[in-house]
Amino acid sequence: MPPLAERNLFHDKVRLAVTLTGIVFAVVLIVVELGLFVGFMKTTSNLIDHSNADLWVTSINVPYVEQGVPFSERKLYQVRAIPGVQDAEKYISDWVEWKRPDGRQETVQIVGMDIDKDMGLPWNLVQGKLGDLKRPDAIFVDEVYKEKLGATHIGQIVEINHRRARIVGFTRGIRAFTTSPYVFTMFKRAQDYARLPENQTTYILVKVAPGAEINEVRREILAQVKDVQVVTSAEFSHMTQFYWMFTTGAGIAVLLAAVLGLVVGFVVVAQTIYATTVDHLKEFGTLKAMGAPNSYVYRVITRQAAISAVIGYVLGMIVSAFVVHASQGGGAPIELPLPMAIGMFFLTLTMCIGAGMISISKVTRLDPAMVFKG
Amino acid sequence: MQPAIAVREVTKTYTEGSASVTALRGIDLDVHAGEVVMLMGPSGSGKTTLLSIMGCILASTGGSVRIAGIEVTQLREKELPRVRLEHIGFVFQGFNLFPTLTAGENVELMLDLKKEPQAAAKKRAQELLENVGLAEKYKSFPADLSGGQKQRIAIARALACDPEIVLADEPTAALDSHTGKNVMQMLADLAHKRDRAVVIVTHDPRVLEFADRTIRIEDGLVAGYSAKKPSSAISEFYPAVGAAAEPAEVRGV
Ligand SMILES: Nc1ncnc2c1ncn2[C@@H]1O[C@H](COP(=O)(O)OP(=O)(O)O)[C@@H](O)[C@H]1O
Ligand SMILES: [Mg+2]
Repeated sequence: MPPLAERNLFHDKVRLAVTLTGIVFAVVLIVVELGLFVGFMKTTSNLIDHSNADLWVTSINVPYVEQGVPFSERKLYQVRAIPGVQDAEKYISDWVEWKRPDGRQETVQIVGMDIDKDMGLPWNLVQGKLGDLKRPDAIFVDEVYKEKLGATHIGQIVEINHRRARIVGFTRGIRAFTTSPYVFTMFKRAQDYARLPENQTTYILVKVAPGAEINEVRREILAQVKDVQVVTSAEFSHMTQFYWMFTTGAGIAVLLAAVLGLVVGFVVVAQTIYATTVDHLKEFGTLKAMGAPNSYVYRVITRQAAISAVIGYVLGMIVSAFVVHASQGGGAPIELPLPMAIGMFFLTLTMCIGAGMISISKVTRLDPAMVFKG
Repeated sequence: MQPAIAVREVTKTYTEGSASVTALRGIDLDVHAGEVVMLMGPSGSGKTTLLSIMGCILASTGGSVRIAGIEVTQLREKELPRVRLEHIGFVFQGFNLFPTLTAGENVELMLDLKKEPQAAAKKRAQELLENVGLAEKYKSFPADLSGGQKQRIAIARALACDPEIVLADEPTAALDSHTGKNVMQMLADLAHKRDRAVVIVTHDPRVLEFADRTIRIEDGLVAGYSAKKPSSAISEFYPAVGAAAEPAEVRGV
């Protein structure tokens, strides 16, 4: 095909600039919003996804990880006795009050585990060692929340629910989806901070023995341990993500913003492609008169849209990459996984070609007899 | 021999809402390969309408239109582009070249419509430009060409798919008389040297010398005709006194 689409597209530089600006705007907005969505979603299930557990034993009807209901730790021994359970350990996650050095209160989520086991441990430790948690009153907090918590240095003494705590290490990039940061400590101390009775836990993490069937083990636990819910890490992760992203509406807002980006992009591109089509209407009429079927004219318009999409996508991704990079240090992580980048390409292409369709109807109704009129 | 174009009792009424205009009231006309037929007549008499119907870009209201033996009034709208592509070349008053394509690419575009492979299309476009004496303008854009050159490019383009019919609506109206005559000569040669059927709508009496026959249209009817006299450059018009007075050829008998 002679380069009619390309030439018509590049002929009007101002309009091309408007088109591309529209696409870039849409791409960046969508990437940022979807990236936030993915980032938030991963954040909500951070603890579960890094737990290294196969199964979570919880009280009945616990809907997501922040909503744990304590139960008797006697169940731990029942779980351990079940065939196919390689290891089971207590795990606490609960809300507690943190007192900043300046006296202000912050709600945090205390997370307690047995650090001698390989389940539910804090990760990305950048200051201090895991073993330091064994020291009296020892806790870890995340660098991201230093300011929020008034945490400044290793060895700093703080107060959690009126009990002493000492910062012995910092993790990096463990964000909480809620406004309450995670504070990691040993199980016993977490129980104490959370004021749980001594024989209570909120979760039991289970590692299934190699070769054992996870669902089989789950059925056994349900059969032998009363009044519990047993979910795989993947299930609990999805339940938690779903709760925060959809039930609370937090995710919907972000998704709506992404849809808005799509709409804006669509309108701008449809507008400019339409204007370009109208500018070249006489040419399309001539093409049709000379014997071009409608499909040929569609191809010209679609090609214009597709070329705009490719250029707009590349520019949009470059801008997005900067935004994503800049977001890494802040409180709102924007994720841009490869499948999303690829999906974004097809979304951009679809958006632009869809926008081109609006002009196609104009050309379909074009009467080739117009060529002989003035 | 079967005429390239055979028009019988063609009528055309334009309707827009409740208003309607009858542009053609029953036209009979044959055009044969190898002849130049000019359509003359006052503005609004229906010449463009007739040309558009012969070009299969406008449907007649009644009557029959055969193009290269095909009864086009029976075809579905979807089938008409193919007929135009294969049988008809168009030349316009305003040239209608694609301004963002070079002269060569304008011609290639037609060949692309016919799904000619790119390399072959390039070669063929080059030849076609040579035939109109503009081989060296292959890479020029229309904006950089004179009116006469543009019209010659348009003629090269009209011939790209080797149609047996060439239809031109006032092809010289935008040209000075010298250039206009050159373009007319070129169109006439298509009929006389390359055996195509050429129909030209014109207002310009100076180009009538190129016509083999001239049909005068008035008020949607054939009002007169003249055949070229070998001795005279300019044809005269004879009033049509009725169907019987028309030569058999016009009636298509
Ligand atoms: N698309 C149209 N809609 C309505 N009336 C038209 C249309 N095209 C032409 N006409 C009318 O049909 C008549 C013949 O027009 P046309 O064929 O363009 O004449 P010519 O080419 O001889 O000047 C005129 O009265 C004109 O106003
Ligand atoms: Mg006219």
